[in-house]
Amino acid sequence: MLRFLTQFGQYILLYKKVFSKPEKPAVYYKQTIYELVYLGLNSVGIITIISFFMGAVITLQTAYNTENPIYPTYLIGLGCRDSILLEFSSTITALILAGKVGSNIASEIGTMRVTEQIDALETMGVNSASYLILPKVIATLLFNPILTLISISVGIFGGWIAGTSAGVISSQDFIYGIQYAFIPYYVTYAIIKTLFFAFIITSISAFQGYFVEGGSLEVGRASTKAVVYSSITVLLFNVILTQLLLS
Amino acid sequence: MIRVKKLNKSFNGKQVLSNISVDFEPGKTNLIIGRSGSGKTVLLKAIVGLHDIDSGEIWYDDILFNKLDFREKKEIRKEIGMLFQGSALFDSLSVEQNVKFPLDMFTDKSEAEKIERVNFCLNRVNILNANKLFPSELSGGMKKRVAIARAISLNPKYLFCDEPNSGLDPLTAILIDELIKELTEEYSMTTIVNTHDMNSVMEIGEKIVFISEGIKCWEGSKHQILDSDCKILNDFVFANALAKQLKASSKK
Repeated sequence: MLRFLTQFGQYILLYKKVFSKPEKPAVYYKQTIYELVYLGLNSVGIITIISFFMGAVITLQTAYNTENPIYPTYLIGLGCRDSILLEFSSTITALILAGKVGSNIASEIGTMRVTEQIDALETMGVNSASYLILPKVIATLLFNPILTLISISVGIFGGWIAGTSAGVISSQDFIYGIQYAFIPYYVTYAIIKTLFFAFIITSISAFQGYFVEGGSLEVGRASTKAVVYSSITVLLFNVILTQLLLS
Repeated sequence: MIRVKKLNKSFNGKQVLSNISVDFEPGKTNLIIGRSGSGKTVLLKAIVGLHDIDSGEIWYDDILFNKLDFREKKEIRKEIGMLFQGSALFDSLSVEQNVKFPLDMFTDKSEAEKIERVNFCLNRVNILNANKLFPSELSGGMKKRVAIARAISLNPKYLFCDEPNSGLDPLTAILIDELIKELTEEYSMTTIVNTHDMNSVMEIGEKIVFISEGIKCWEGSKHQILDSDCKILNDFVFANALAKQLKASSKK
């Protein structure tokens, strides 16, 4: 418990430094653009692939579990849409990004720590925490909602392809289903969750990397911790946010 | 002048530096020598503020550096150039971007002026036609020279070098030593070099401070070092067989 509190205190102090006034906004702007590409744009591929198959599986499973003449088939489309909107796109995307982006951030910053690059920044008088972490936080907060929207679209598309190809639902029913009783707030809900998850993943991973001590072995450990801790925190906040936003 | 007074530093209860007091001479190449693990790097990092000290004082001219807050320290740090043991070049930046980094951060120069300064610094350390290369494409000696170019890009008043020739072949090590000495004289910098290489001591040392187990045991010039009565220092200086023979023959 004491260790947790110490680390939490360290985390708060680190983010006090991160959110202090940037030395040279132009340099931070360039760095943010770089991170948008590196952490955001480079994740589009994996998110697209996973979301497509996720949507396909959700549709097929919903179809096989509702094989009853009482249920209209358009419910398969509705089930696919709501599952993706409410849970899968934001949470599964966050867990995937915790693995991809989280480990990347922790190992990048951790390597900079053990190779004295962070010391070099500090010696120059640069606020290393802010310079290294703030652009990543901003980039993920800006780009992860876009990733979630891509995930939602591709997931529903994957469901449509799988459903119609397997012959479990007609194209017309699926499209009717995804339009039926649509609540726009669900998109807002998914975006709000994504913003929280983006901050959790980036901040925890950066924290793990920033305080690495030792060598390559410790960088590897920090990277693993970043993925584990950010995934658990994402799941915890998923419950809290769901209760707060949908109750 | 950089002045250290009664400096103490410990890690997890283990005393690493004990009551160190030393004046580093301005405009000269000051050397901190000692065995591996003697506390040289901790002392150097404490002087530049990378390690908080337990007690004591660190003065940059008439400014008590260790009592300043981050923003105030930043002003002093703009006058500091530092060469790290592993060069500490930013992996994601090219040679040119590495040297330009301090200029981007702390000056309002135009892009053309910055590039001109970068090229000047790179030429000064004899790095030619390597602007677009990345650190992973450079040899150990080149990395050190690029790191020196980055350290001098803002015309610092103080230059700190942590084991500048570790991991280099003897000839390249001498070139790096000579470069540090030349730059110190050229820009009238106060330079502090950490080393355990006796070649460096004899090549560039103007003032030498010897540390053993976190305690300052001796200070003086490179001429005085050969005639010192300090046993620990003699054990260190004349550690290899050739040096022992030379010492013995000089006594005869």
